[in-house]
Amino acid sequence: MTTAPAIRVKGVEKSYKELHVLRGVDLTVERGSIFALLGSNGAGKTTLVRILSTLLRADGGTASVDGVDVATQPGNVREAISLTGQFAAVDEILSGRENLMLVARLRHLKDPGAIADELLNRFSLTDAGGRKVATFSGGMRRRLDIAMSLIGDPPVIFLDEPTTGLDPEARIEVWEAVKDLAGRGTTVLLTTQYLDEAEQLADRIAILHQGRIIVNGTLAELKALLPPAEVEYVEKQPSLEDIFFAVVGDTGGNNKSSTAGQGTREHKTRSTKG
Amino acid sequence: MATHFFADTAALTGRSLRHITRSLDTIITTAVTPVALMLLFVYVFGGAIETGSDSYVSYMLPGILLITIASGIAYTAYRLFMDMQSGVFERFLSMPISRSGVLWAHVLTSVTANLISLIIVMGVALLMGFRSGATLPAWLAVAGILVLFTLALTWLAVIAGLSAKTVDGASAFSYPLIFLPFISSAFVPTETMPGPVRAFAEHQPVTSIVNTIRDLFTQQPVGVDIWIALAWCVGILIVGYALAMGAYHRRIT
Repeated sequence: MTTAPAIRVKGVEKSYKELHVLRGVDLTVERGSIFALLGSNGAGKTTLVRILSTLLRADGGTASVDGVDVATQPGNVREAISLTGQFAAVDEILSGRENLMLVARLRHLKDPGAIADELLNRFSLTDAGGRKVATFSGGMRRRLDIAMSLIGDPPVIFLDEPTTGLDPEARIEVWEAVKDLAGRGTTVLLTTQYLDEAEQLADRIAILHQGRIIVNGTLAELKALLPPAEVEYVEKQPSLEDIFFAVVGDTGGNNKSSTAGQGTREHKTRSTKG
Repeated sequence: MATHFFADTAALTGRSLRHITRSLDTIITTAVTPVALMLLFVYVFGGAIETGSDSYVSYMLPGILLITIASGIAYTAYRLFMDMQSGVFERFLSMPISRSGVLWAHVLTSVTANLISLIIVMGVALLMGFRSGATLPAWLAVAGILVLFTLALTWLAVIAGLSAKTVDGASAFSYPLIFLPFISSAFVPTETMPGPVRAFAEHQPVTSIVNTIRDLFTQQPVGVDIWIALAWCVGILIVGYALAMGAYHRRIT
């Protein structure tokens, strides 16, 4: 068990009728690392997270979390994971403290009150802990959401777009929380559409595009994919954003460069026919 | 994980009961319509309705209680729908907890909320002159039938909550249920209705339930009505439960 990677995904496919969301995804996440799954809206990030967190069944391929197969032993997978979904999964009518105590009770832990107080303190929510969550700011909600996911110390945590819709200050709060997690040995799989977020947090980054992982590596490896920066008047390192669009463009995206490419191919075909 | 069913259901029921106690408006809204109908029928129409009973408020209270339940369960569908809309539902389902406990918590909360509404409506009826010499066993029988009816309709509400696409859709299913007591023995004797309407009124679930509760309140022998009423309640309960569980499993896999 301890030697198995935290997450292993092989050839996972998922379609909704005619729409092929995942077309054979492969990836491995090492224990204790932060893995960022990068992709635009609709790339299939959430679908993959839902499969890994046992909320959805894959049509094909295999996936295991903490060495346990998600399709055949979903109950055991749920013991090992925590999901922080795309929309803060907090109960607005309960107070912050009550939200935490509820999760502690559902994980059958002793002294839910003490667990709640400790987490409120760790996430700087002690003062707000007794207030209804409906009065919380976006950043506070997300922090509470992540705090709820930590109860019971699951070895693997999924964070689906943890900072979408947050203001810059709140984003940094969440980043700090995620870094803190990884420092304690938790494996984190996070999805994001923000390139700087992946750059800031992740040990490895994979780009999910049109249902496949098209690039997977460390930030340094990803940067090496582009030719070294040319020295002009201003020296400019390629940002991850440049890499993203370069890679996506190569595999037939619909940006300007690929349309130009199609034009050329069409021209060639005609000339061979003639 | 089935071993945690009771602990998990209790924790989740505690959560949704807090929703009720912190938004008492849902209970008051549930009670307002039946109370308004009661006022309307007793003080406006009641004088012209000939039921052969001394007190019209006592005559129509059973029907009003069923209307209270029918409007109360709309909130069960609403609460379930809202849970699924927010990420809370998915958080629960991704945790190692009893999955049926997630539904049972809503069902138990529904029964509790409806009982509170029923007590409020009953209190208003007392102020309006409702009196009953019913014995304790008769009162327990009334309570039992009302709880059974609430459970049966709650499972229908669960189906609506699970399969609705919009908030309005989640609660709209209850309108026909609220309307059903009007075409029954709840407000006027069925003998006064024209043939086909009377046939419908006498063979739909509400009439037998209303007659049973009315007989229990007035210390009359309940006769065969109580068995028909129980058969309807249990029948709706079983069908509703089976369909709701089916919808739930389709939804979570």
